[in-house]
Amino acid sequence: MGAALPETAPSRLFLSGNEAVALAVRDAGCRVAAAYPGTPATEILEELSRFPDLYTEWSVNEKVSLEVALGASMVGARAFCAMKHVGLNVAADALMTMTVTGTEGGLVIAVADDVGMSSSQNEQDSRFWARFAHLPLFEPADAQESYDMAREAFAVSERFRCPAIVRMTTRICHVKGRVVAAEREAHEPAGFVKDPQRWVMVPGHAKPRVALMYEREEALRASSAQSPFNLLVEGGDRRIGFVTSGPAYMHVRETFPEAPVFKLGQSYPLPLERLREFAAGVDQLLVVEETEPLVESELRAAGITCAGKDVLPRVGELSPDRLRPAVARLRGEEVPATAQPRLVPQQVFPRPPTMCVACPHLGIYYTLAQLRNLTISGDIGCYTLGAGHPWNALDTCISMGASMGVALGMDKGRGPADAKKAVIAVIGDSTFMHMGMQGLLDITWNRGNVTVLLLDNRAVGMTGGQDNPGTGRDIHGESAQRVDFAKLCEALGVKKERIHTLDPYELPTLFKTLREEIKVPEPSVIITDRPCVLIDDYKPTQPYKVIADKCTGCANCIDVGCPAIHVTRRETQVKPSGKEVELAFVRIETSACTGCGLCVQPCAPEAIVHALPEHPVKFLHAKI
Amino acid sequence: MTITNIAVCGIGGQGVMTATEILAEAALSLGFDVKKTEVAGMSQRGGVVTSHLRFGPQVLSPQIMPGEADLLVGFEAAEALRWAHMLKPGGVALVNQGRFVPPVVTIGLYDYPTDPIGEMRKLGLAVFDFDASALAMRLGNIRLGNTVMLGAMSDRLPFPADVLRNAVLERFGTRKPELLELNRQAFELGRAAVAEPAPAQAIA
Repeated sequence: MGAALPETAPSRLFLSGNEAVALAVRDAGCRVAAAYPGTPATEILEELSRFPDLYTEWSVNEKVSLEVALGASMVGARAFCAMKHVGLNVAADALMTMTVTGTEGGLVIAVADDVGMSSSQNEQDSRFWARFAHLPLFEPADAQESYDMAREAFAVSERFRCPAIVRMTTRICHVKGRVVAAEREAHEPAGFVKDPQRWVMVPGHAKPRVALMYEREEALRASSAQSPFNLLVEGGDRRIGFVTSGPAYMHVRETFPEAPVFKLGQSYPLPLERLREFAAGVDQLLVVEETEPLVESELRAAGITCAGKDVLPRVGELSPDRLRPAVARLRGEEVPATAQPRLVPQQVFPRPPTMCVACPHLGIYYTLAQLRNLTISGDIGCYTLGAGHPWNALDTCISMGASMGVALGMDKGRGPADAKKAVIAVIGDSTFMHMGMQGLLDITWNRGNVTVLLLDNRAVGMTGGQDNPGTGRDIHGESAQRVDFAKLCEALGVKKERIHTLDPYELPTLFKTLREEIKVPEPSVIITDRPCVLIDDYKPTQPYKVIADKCTGCANCIDVGCPAIHVTRRETQVKPSGKEVELAFVRIETSACTGCGLCVQPCAPEAIVHALPEHPVKFLHAKI
Repeated sequence: MTITNIAVCGIGGQGVMTATEILAEAALSLGFDVKKTEVAGMSQRGGVVTSHLRFGPQVLSPQIMPGEADLLVGFEAAEALRWAHMLKPGGVALVNQGRFVPPVVTIGLYDYPTDPIGEMRKLGLAVFDFDASALAMRLGNIRLGNTVMLGAMSDRLPFPADVLRNAVLERFGTRKPELLELNRQAFELGRAAVAEPAPAQAIA
């Protein structure tokens, strides 16, 4: 069991939910922590990697990270794993059997739901997994609770010998608040005990353990009824009693300070009898949960009358603004438009995320946009932005690695309408290793006619440039084994002559190779090998400027899509033939330009030349 | 005592989050309960960033609702207009005149507002605008723009400007001591820039 270390924790910390979980994991004496980056959970492992006290790794995907954590738990070490909501889909295969084997050293999984979808392909409610896998579930409402519950999750995991899930949301992960840490514990791994009935999940061994899993769930139910994280906050206005969890709790308390609230912290299994008692003391019960009506359905199934998603929005965060009218409706009151009079929001242009100045993906999408008769199966990463303006050169985005299988299916399923179209798959280095390699193997084995663009920018770009097996560095930036993508693709069955490694800034070579490969009716891989501009591997060179007198307004450079190119004026020119041509004259924001030269290549009048860097004029990209 | 709500907006890479973080440190140093939340979907890619800071005796929800911000700090002119409705009617906005034109405007899909700051004034807001980049460049270092912005906020807070200045100097000064004096000056330039209405003309 735990023993307090002499070091005393600092008393006043200002931490995000992610940072708080990381500190709790360290303080709980965790020995092994693994994750694959994913917004909004990425910072948990980044923070953990800074502590010298434990082993941390970026794993190639979430399933592997959970298996690493399980292995550590099997030998008796405390183990931890973090992921975004869609990551747990990937890890689910491992999860659904480790709930049967159970765990030895405390094993905690932090899963972060992107409620409101600020950076994800879907919105999911990970609380389902606790029910599906019959596991204890914690739902912190702020950074302090993230710390406290992550600590408690280790204890509960060890008490019941099963993984425990801490469910966070974007509004927990990225919100900073004051945190008081508790005393650190030390845990020595007890050692692996060979026990095939426990760890070798063949049917004969699994059957009795499934029964044990259900027994454990009943024990967890009894424990959750006693949990201090399931608490009643008294209130005088008993017209509506709220049952709520996670960040929604704070919004409820903020908006209805006089109302009684049952706050669910250890929210699965539900403390049903305490909730029944609570319901009896209020006129109406309203369940405020993000995002699915889970608690609501379980209350109804237990015969407890309540309102929930019938009055509240089903999608997104339940902020005070969205709670107020719903509660008014439930009370049968006039729906107040807003709490106070307020200004009308002004219409301003949208500012969608863009690719960076000099991003190596710019040349890829410029080239793809020039080619006709392509169907482009995309994947998850910065390069998904290729679906936007000005390229419009990405046709699908589903899940990690899906570009491969989707492309193969498009190839095999196509009819006369698509017979003349080439099928392209676009995938990044990290996504390829996460879940794309198997898809490529399927393409080669089944003789698919797909041209794969493997964009190796030596980073997990979208989440902030984390390392992966293709960067040659580990989580600490230390030198590590670096995968050779050309050899890997060859090993996966792509013919050597169909594998090309190119510089994505050399547009003519890229264009020529792509055009040749899409004509060849067998799998090809074009690997591009220049680093993400946001990582240290990228070296800026001399910036460019536009000689205004030479610019003819052809706008070819705008098609590159670099944010450093700005239009100075537009004109409509009538050609001798009578045809109208729209001209756009440009300048380059030299202080932002890093000299990649992509815009120089399509510039017909050679109006783009090197500029001596004058003094930079914006602090927009300054990092202080 | 009530809660103070400060909304800070701009675009990814401008230092919105760092500035709000320093503001939070100042409030924490006085013993306030503080919560800070961001909406920064893919902010590293030139997207919109808004940071909400709430402090007081006890803060529950981290989010400022529209119409409830006491102060709006805009690191970019059009972003300040976009979030103007966060302010209480008649509220105070401190706005950097700098513009960051996104590719959707460059390629002609949308227009950048002709006079975003003027439009904010038409809404009845008290707007103090200044060119933070130009002020930073007066000290010869573009990176001081963030400190200029913080200086501009310092006399609009429910605590003395010194508290914020100390937080700024603690943050930047400890990392690069040689920049301590420059940050002190940048802070004062920002402060002076909003001391009088429409000070922008005075800074040529």
